[in-house]
Amino acid sequence: MAFDEYDSQNRIFTNVGTRPVRPDGIDKVTGRAMFGADMSAPGMLWGAVLRSPHAHARIRSIDTSKAEALTQVKAVVTRADFNEGASQQDVLDNCMAGEKVLYDGHALAAVAATSRRAAEKALRLIEVDYDVLPHVTDVDAAMKPDAPVIRESGGDESVPDGFSKNVMSMCEFGHGDVEKGFAEADLVMEKSFKTAAAHQGYIEPHACLASLGNDGRGELWVCTQGHFYIRNLCADVVGIDSTQLRVVASEIGGGFGGKTTVFIEPVALALSRKANRPVKIMMTRSEVFRATGPTSSTSMDVKIGMKRDGTITAGLAVNRFQGGAYPGSPVDMGAMCSFACYALENVLSVGYDVVCNRPKQAAYRAPGSPMAAFAVESVIDSLCQELDLDPVEVRLKNASREGTKASYGPRWPQIGLVETLRAAKNHPHYSAPLGPNQGRGLACGFWFNHGGETSVSLALSQDGTVALSVGTPDIGGSRASMCLMAAEELGIPYEKVRATVVDTASLGYNDVSHGSRVTYASGLATIKAARDAKQKLCGRAAKIWGIPEEAVVWEDGMAKPAGHNAGEHDPLPFAELCRSMGQTGGPISGHFEATPEGAGVSFATHLVDAEVDPETGATRVTRYTVCQDAGKAIHPAYVEGQFQGGAAQGIGWALNEEYIYGEDGRLQNAGFLDYRIPVASDLPMIDTEIVEVPNPGHPYGVRGVGETSIVPPLAAIANAVSRAAGVRMTELPMSPPRILKALKDRDG
Amino acid sequence: MAETVTVELFGSLRRHAEGAATVTVEAATIRDLLEALRDAYPGLAPQISRGVSVSIDGKIYTEAMFQPLSAENEVVLLPRIAGG
Repeated sequence: MAFDEYDSQNRIFTNVGTRPVRPDGIDKVTGRAMFGADMSAPGMLWGAVLRSPHAHARIRSIDTSKAEALTQVKAVVTRADFNEGASQQDVLDNCMAGEKVLYDGHALAAVAATSRRAAEKALRLIEVDYDVLPHVTDVDAAMKPDAPVIRESGGDESVPDGFSKNVMSMCEFGHGDVEKGFAEADLVMEKSFKTAAAHQGYIEPHACLASLGNDGRGELWVCTQGHFYIRNLCADVVGIDSTQLRVVASEIGGGFGGKTTVFIEPVALALSRKANRPVKIMMTRSEVFRATGPTSSTSMDVKIGMKRDGTITAGLAVNRFQGGAYPGSPVDMGAMCSFACYALENVLSVGYDVVCNRPKQAAYRAPGSPMAAFAVESVIDSLCQELDLDPVEVRLKNASREGTKASYGPRWPQIGLVETLRAAKNHPHYSAPLGPNQGRGLACGFWFNHGGETSVSLALSQDGTVALSVGTPDIGGSRASMCLMAAEELGIPYEKVRATVVDTASLGYNDVSHGSRVTYASGLATIKAARDAKQKLCGRAAKIWGIPEEAVVWEDGMAKPAGHNAGEHDPLPFAELCRSMGQTGGPISGHFEATPEGAGVSFATHLVDAEVDPETGATRVTRYTVCQDAGKAIHPAYVEGQFQGGAAQGIGWALNEEYIYGEDGRLQNAGFLDYRIPVASDLPMIDTEIVEVPNPGHPYGVRGVGETSIVPPLAAIANAVSRAAGVRMTELPMSPPRILKALKDRDG
Repeated sequence: MAETVTVELFGSLRRHAEGAATVTVEAATIRDLLEALRDAYPGLAPQISRGVSVSIDGKIYTEAMFQPLSAENEVVLLPRIAGG
């Protein structure tokens, strides 16, 4: 059997599936938890970063002499202080501009001084001579032949001739003949959509404390989703060996994909190396908005043909995503996800990755999929309205199932989309009456989920407790889930296990906490590490009893003799074996290192009621229900939290959140006063239904749940608002001015 | 033991294989498969270098170079899958 196969059919769990108190809860609510900005060091300096006020400009010169003359200033760095030979050139350039600044907020110099105020004062003394260049911030404008060119090198070999140099790549997925499919339809509908860039909106700004000597040895305390990965990035960008840099991940105040790369970390290291003192950098909220990675903004065209009975005969999507000033928008993922929920004979989804004068986009839960779902699910909803069809029944009729061919190629293994649709249909929400100016929207969503490189170590202690070391920062309650899985395997109480996210010197490599992979991959590794420890415990029991190791089994937290020749022996409990391990062979640790590849995909169906005020255009979400396949919910309260969090962020993205650029290419709303994320009073209680269709690629059947939950909300809310307003909304966010305009246009 | 494996290419790669949606190569593992594709269709090399995932019977492999392949498998080449 492969190491990543489901082996829990008919298993009765004792710890898994319970809802114990989270191990980090008290620290977080009492302020004891240490976040990125909470660490200090003797002799520490404060770093500050000079950022471009221009959207696009050539740097003629940078004069740092006046800043360096200040007595409080101990170091100034520019691009010359980094590793020009770095393999990750775009990461280097995004952290510290070279010849050109490519967006408002792009870093081009940094200062370390004895106080934050002195560092900021020194920034104002740095003189930069810019040659301001034309800029473009809109994806459609950037694709025009006469658009300002951001990267002279242009796109890769996938881009057909005749496209702007701002198109970095093109991708295409599908099968069948869409024209034939459209000809078979009773109704063909085509619509265009736009979505604004939204920020992940994590409450904790990026912060780090770096110490790097001229000998190339350093330490980094940082708020990140992946300390092993950013260790490698930082080492590359500052030009040191990766293992000479020890990185410790702090507690994290939200990431959602946005903390999977580096911005200030290499800068703090370069400043520290130059000053020979520790350097701390804390981003302001304005810097977070201007210079970290929001989502792509998008422009999409979707065409779908449907028969009167609801059968979808063909689907075509053209997705244009801008990813900021560097290639790498998630348009390929978006294009693969467009029609993933449906088993179609004729389907084509095309994607264009476009650069603009905006900050480099970063991942945001299920990158690319929410926008693609918004466009496709909106057209399906419009077709349901036109043909007077039930939105759930149409989706059930066309839903992807085990054995059907995904729009991006493979045949589906065991999946749970149909089960989420049935859960939505059977939920009281689906048939509840609606009030005046209210509409009900439904949408489905899909995400792949990911495995990734993973190492776990599980050390037993003499008092019968367990120290579990993981390398995946806890961004959603994973420590509790890991403790539950370890306790389940060992047959001991949850409280006897403590999970710690350890530093990069303490474990083998661990991929980033992304791709909804942690409960799947670190969880799988925890189960395997616990099984490794159990095997060793059975070996010790065999020695004590003087019988072969094969004659010992682990049951209910005890080693027991088994088989005809094992003889009569009293079971040896876990704690007793731990107490004597020094005398029976030495310390016992279980460990596991692998790259699990069995991450099960996840589907969700969301139901939303929205009320639109026709006088103001304001929208209120009055009821929300999430039905999602979790495979197996290890800690159901955390699973529900992930469902609710995705819905809450989706509500913000759908209704209000938007990067607004002025004609000058500068970001106009770089703060939470002008960039409106939802607060508690904006949200209804979000109801959840956990569907459990086991993932064949995990011993307990776990599927990642962190990302799929943000895929359907944009579409489900748009469908609810469109039905409430009586007009199809095709641009996000559906802010009051946009809704008022749509109502006016509807009424002529 | 290498077998004749049929691989489905995603749409934008097909022009590098004379428009074919599927191609066949001799391969025993994912590593063999990618090497054989590079050799037979040099136009695929840039995408393979940038990163790909391989779906085998619906299970997506991103890192498993030595994952075995057989003629019976449904094999689909995909862009490298990651996440947020």
